[in-house]
Amino acid sequence: MSALSLVVRDSNTMLRRNLLHARRYPSLTLNLLLTPVMMLLLFVYIFGDVLSAGIGGGGADRSEYIAYIVPGILLMTIGSTVIGAAVSVSTDMSEGIIARFRTMAIHRGSVLIGHVVGSVLQVLFSLILVGAVAALIGFRSTDATALEWLAAFGLLALFALALTWIAVGMGLASPNAEAASNMAMPLILLPLISSAFIPADTMPGWFQPIAEYQPFTPAIETLRGLLLGTEIGNNGWLAIAWCVGLSALGYFWSKSLFNRDPR
Amino acid sequence: MSSPVMPTSRKGESAPPPAAISAVGLRKSFGDKTVLDGIDLHIPTGSVFALLGPNGAGKTTAVKILSTLITADAGELRVGGHDVAAEPQAVRAAIGVTGQFSAVDGLITGEENMLLMADLQHLPKQEGRRVAAELLERFDLTDAAKKPASTYSGGMKRRLDLAMTLVGDPRIIFLDEPTTGLDPRSRHNMWQIIRELLADGVTVFLTTQYLEEADELADRIAVLNNGKIAAEGSAEELKRLIPGGHIRLRFTDPAAYQTAVATLSVANRDDEALALRIPSDGSQRELRSLLDWLDSVGVEADELSVHTPDLDDVFFALTGDTDQHKEAAR
Repeated sequence: MSALSLVVRDSNTMLRRNLLHARRYPSLTLNLLLTPVMMLLLFVYIFGDVLSAGIGGGGADRSEYIAYIVPGILLMTIGSTVIGAAVSVSTDMSEGIIARFRTMAIHRGSVLIGHVVGSVLQVLFSLILVGAVAALIGFRSTDATALEWLAAFGLLALFALALTWIAVGMGLASPNAEAASNMAMPLILLPLISSAFIPADTMPGWFQPIAEYQPFTPAIETLRGLLLGTEIGNNGWLAIAWCVGLSALGYFWSKSLFNRDPR
Repeated sequence: MSSPVMPTSRKGESAPPPAAISAVGLRKSFGDKTVLDGIDLHIPTGSVFALLGPNGAGKTTAVKILSTLITADAGELRVGGHDVAAEPQAVRAAIGVTGQFSAVDGLITGEENMLLMADLQHLPKQEGRRVAAELLERFDLTDAAKKPASTYSGGMKRRLDLAMTLVGDPRIIFLDEPTTGLDPRSRHNMWQIIRELLADGVTVFLTTQYLEEADELADRIAVLNNGKIAAEGSAEELKRLIPGGHIRLRFTDPAAYQTAVATLSVANRDDEALALRIPSDGSQRELRSLLDWLDSVGVEADELSVHTPDLDDVFFALTGDTDQHKEAAR
């Protein structure tokens, strides 16, 4: 068997194992879905009347605020779902079965690739559910073309890949599931201090750099541009650069952690 | 034993069988704690080798290194004809490992665990199903095959674990304390399974803290103590290292036991059983002088028994310089 087909075959086996876990024990995935859905409903129906007043120079109504926050909520869904990846990787590493995998003549990285692909698929599944809730409460794209929808989907998938690799690294670096969950917490908190709920330029001046120079803001702005026709500017390239950078960082970090002698 | 893979061990005295596992100068430390301090091993193909030692002696570390799970600090190691450091994948293709802590996926069923192994061994679908079903049957797990492995009892988990190891039909198997924590019945089942493996000509590297287990199963036994091999040989050879057996004094009154402990400094103690062992060859003369001595120092045991040498004695003689015996004697 060639090296490439070994990678594909073993990674596919590991992926099926992870999807089996997710299907058999869906509570983790579903719990993580609650956060973005709650946030969406909370901000639209509870805070929405006040917050919408500050959008678009004032006087925006609730439906405009829904349009404003849905891109951020979708990216928050990614941050939330990949916490599950950190937890399941950390749990998995404490199991004897991983030691067994390490002593088998399989492609070594397949364990991690299985987790990453499985997590990205779970993220896409979660995005569809959250997107459906958003559509249900009135979110509509203004004028996105098929190509823009495709680009939006691609951006979400790329962002999911990047955060998943980071989450996998966090899972490997954590001694147990609780620690992994804590370590991955910033992935769901970062959207709160981005332009997801209010525009960055309405924040206090000293805080604006924190909101601007982080991965969520350019990704959110790009998604808004694609779905709602707002100005993208250089946010598109910034978002892609963040995704590529985080993917590479997470990949090499995870790889070196996995290749250490196990505890 | 009638297997085509090991003709040399039966026929020729002239050519020694090729080593399935060999180690020269194996060393490993964790931080400044030396766990393995220069170990040499030579395990012929088709034999059972038992590495015996108290908890923390380094048995598991030796298995982890030889099975490519962790790296050695030094040593020339070959498994299945391959250098462990240079060709770990080739070694992995030749071995099967059943660790001390069950290496099963508890979230999926026993059958799914078996099919997972078949996929990772790259067996064709049909053959994978067949092998999985056969092994589940052989290990008496067919009824539980559709249940999550996390619901299995300790003995069932251990059987599933070993069944998973056998999916790839490995010729060299590492069993790290395969019966620790099992009840006597499960232990005897496991022994029977291991004997069947041997009949197939498989080489088995076994670690255990049970002397009885090593005596039952192993062709050769090495006693590991403080990171070094304290002795190596067949069970008979090891027993010959000890000239005599021992005399066991058992007490029912803890106070009397404590007095005896204080008086008889030569004895090995077993605090839980309130028993003392005094080295002796069991001859009439020695027995009489011992009894006289016990009378003279005022020790009166409730029960006295004479034991001819067994592996326990060897073990205590080799590792008895500290107070580890209690653990080692289980």
